[in-house]
Amino acid sequence: MGTTIFDIGEENRSGLRLPALDLPERNLTELIPAELIRREDPKLPQVSQVEVVRHYTKLSRMNYGVDSGIYPLGSCTMKYNPRINEDLARLPGFAYAHPLQGDELSQGALRLMYELGEYLCVIGGMDAITLQPAAGAHGELTGMLLIKKHFERTKELHKRTKILLPDSAHGTNPASAAIVGFEVVPIPSDSRGLVDLDALKAHLDESVAGIMLTNPNTLGLFETEILEITRLIHDVGGLVYYDGANLNAIVGRARPGDMGVDIVHYNLHKTFSTPHGGGGPGSGPVAVIKKLEPYLPVPRVVKHKDRYSLDYEHPHSIGKIHSFYGNFGVLVRAYAYIRMMGDEGLKAVSTNAVLNANYLRARLSKVYKAPYDRLCMHEFVLTTKGMSEELRTLDVAKRLIDYGVHPSSIYFPLIVPEVMMIEPTETVSKEELDYFADALIKVAQEMQENPQILKEAPHAVPVYGASVRRLDEVRAAKEPILRG
Amino acid sequence: MAAFEFIPNTPEDQRKMLAEIGLSDIEELFADIPAEVLKKFKPVGLDPLSELEVSQLVSQMAAENAHTGQYVSFLGAGIYDHYIPAIIPHLISRGEFLTCYTPYQAELSQGTLTWMFEFQTMICELTAMEVANSSMYDGGSALAEAMLMAKNVTGKTKFLVPKNLNPHYRQCLETYAWGAGLELIHVPFTETGQIDRAALQPNELDGLAGLIVQTPNFFGIIEDLAGLKDLIKDAFLIVSANPIALGILAPPGLFGADIVVGEGQPLGIPQSFGGPLLGIFATRMNYVRRMPGRMAGRTVDADGRVGYVMALQTREQHIRREKATSNICTNQALMALCATIYMATLGRRGLRKLAELNLQKAHYLAEKISALPGFALRFSGPFFNEFVVRTRKKPSRLLKVLRDEGFLGGLDLTPYGLLDGNNLLVAVTEKRTRDEMDRFVKILKGA
Repeated sequence: MGTTIFDIGEENRSGLRLPALDLPERNLTELIPAELIRREDPKLPQVSQVEVVRHYTKLSRMNYGVDSGIYPLGSCTMKYNPRINEDLARLPGFAYAHPLQGDELSQGALRLMYELGEYLCVIGGMDAITLQPAAGAHGELTGMLLIKKHFERTKELHKRTKILLPDSAHGTNPASAAIVGFEVVPIPSDSRGLVDLDALKAHLDESVAGIMLTNPNTLGLFETEILEITRLIHDVGGLVYYDGANLNAIVGRARPGDMGVDIVHYNLHKTFSTPHGGGGPGSGPVAVIKKLEPYLPVPRVVKHKDRYSLDYEHPHSIGKIHSFYGNFGVLVRAYAYIRMMGDEGLKAVSTNAVLNANYLRARLSKVYKAPYDRLCMHEFVLTTKGMSEELRTLDVAKRLIDYGVHPSSIYFPLIVPEVMMIEPTETVSKEELDYFADALIKVAQEMQENPQILKEAPHAVPVYGASVRRLDEVRAAKEPILRG
Repeated sequence: MAAFEFIPNTPEDQRKMLAEIGLSDIEELFADIPAEVLKKFKPVGLDPLSELEVSQLVSQMAAENAHTGQYVSFLGAGIYDHYIPAIIPHLISRGEFLTCYTPYQAELSQGTLTWMFEFQTMICELTAMEVANSSMYDGGSALAEAMLMAKNVTGKTKFLVPKNLNPHYRQCLETYAWGAGLELIHVPFTETGQIDRAALQPNELDGLAGLIVQTPNFFGIIEDLAGLKDLIKDAFLIVSANPIALGILAPPGLFGADIVVGEGQPLGIPQSFGGPLLGIFATRMNYVRRMPGRMAGRTVDADGRVGYVMALQTREQHIRREKATSNICTNQALMALCATIYMATLGRRGLRKLAELNLQKAHYLAEKISALPGFALRFSGPFFNEFVVRTRKKPSRLLKVLRDEGFLGGLDLTPYGLLDGNNLLVAVTEKRTRDEMDRFVKILKGA
């Protein structure tokens, strides 16, 4: 364990031969001044190709992915990633197209972006869209920039200083608002797990630039008073930003635009099945209502008489937020997914995602405590608080690894102590749900009967991807070793 | 309802599950959504397609694009047509790499955490910096994040940004700078194509948060970084570098750079119409707690075996919220894996040799083109694998002629407004053969 590529190989081994120079070679110092030339080669590995392949194959086997089994990380929507989408994104016309080859030579790519944008607008009930943000948090930042631009244009920026944020929000939300200089005002949740309307009202005045709302929220609950919330914000002249990370709960049957939302981001790597890749690439398109359209990033993809082009002529645009047009390869995958599912399939997604979550909740809330004991959307939270003197949710999660399944998100949202946040998605079978529920129920018994087995978990069962026992995170923080 | 291949539940499963929940109708699950909202719902108007149909449809769209398998490409400007070793797509397609997420559960993610640690180490080696994160979105936004970090550390808001910086990056910087309340001051370039040091006067340096330098810059010219850090003192020297060029160029870390960023696409990542790309980000160890992005760190498990975990998470948004060093969460992990395998495969000597091939070939072509009547090199400074040609004829016309002959001839710089007259930016990678370059020159001659 712990072996890196630097620990293998020998002097002068290489994983790839390069062609010989097919021209007269010139002295390096004729081409670059000697003082600009590197004196010492970077200490990269020296390994043959077969060693590279075996090393990374070995590493892959130390991982657990959606392909390995249920991966119920709450708010991450770890659904199956259709392989056809991988093949399509790798077609030469996409993978080997240059972003500056010109509109004329890029009609297929531009058409795909244009149509995907149209679909996402309808799915969100919005008017216009940018596909440029590379991830959800990048979309949030884009949204905050749009809000800033709006109030700059209305000459209210000096007084619109606050962004209201329910305390169940993803950590990216406050961080995104802070970059743009907004003051973050936390809004508490009420006993139902929803935005506390009285607390919200107490903060409503002309200093409010907007609210960032995740709906369903990270407790997996739909904000039943969403129409009231958006109305209240609009009444004081604020804008409503909708974090669409949890869109899987409502896709195909309800739309943020119909809830009075002004800006929404989508996570294509969540709702629209593109692979998470170990932490990206994702994609976080941002859609807006008509009045905010002039501020969207440039370039925008436009269509004129069956020809598609990139349009930079938007003087009030916030500008560019990506070197080019965003994670295009991810857009291809999401496009293929939407076309394959169609309207009926998208509705089946939310139907089964919510059904699966409620089924697990119904089974597990008999053993664990559900702090909000009611129907949930695509995810739900449980707590281990009060179940054991000595054990924590962390121990439960680590013990689950011994049962060959990936634990849920833990310790998030922050408002529930010792929390597990569970999102099964629609792409698991009832048998897998039952296996997961049985495992968690068994662990609850073990908490009483054999606490030690939880404390020592995981027990390193390589067949399931766990190649080590519990790792010392405190040591890694105290004495960081960040390179070999 | 049709059965969808990605959704295992059958009607019988659904019935049993509803019974367990205590409901009789699936629609009851959505009772919390206001009826008014449900009533307004509109479908996209798309029928489901089979895998076969979607494959045909999307393949047709791909066929409407030009690509570098079809055209001989001399187009660069930040995205380059380098050779991608065959093992990369095979290895990154392994489901355990492709379909996992951020390694929140370290014990189930040793594969990801180990390659992250390797990537960080390789980037440190390449840049001669002390610590690197495991990726940012792309070269442009990585540079913008560097600016935000420099602002946070120095407490100042003024940045010097050279006019020879890739304009696509500059546009990102302008957006972020406006958003975060930073001031960008332009630094001109000289006839060498390098930044004009004479413009770095003490009055410009007052209240400075950072100086940004790109090498090779947008014009392909290698910057001389020596002495820049001394000039700006406590302000940050932020260098955006091409990682392949660092195979042969003295690394920015040796010149006192505080942050090194760059576009990692040349390291085994397809051009993909401009994304997904890879933002590289490295800094000095004393700033590590101010750095954005994910990092893997080495530790031990309960039995003392070496393993890896996400390190210094207290910098990150999921813990620090509005006080985090950045809002970045999902990054470009799989692209960083491409780069890791690429650097491992080429290895210590391979990267140097690759850089030399790029350098030699670019100089061969530059010499041939500049010998043609009506063509000249625009700048006198040293270049790596890309250069600007001043042309008598309009670049748009030349590019059209080249295209008809199967060449992507480079980038017309006219729309960027950085240079007077007609200028063409030409990139040459190891993929270009002498024969292709000779034909390119011949077409230019006749155009």
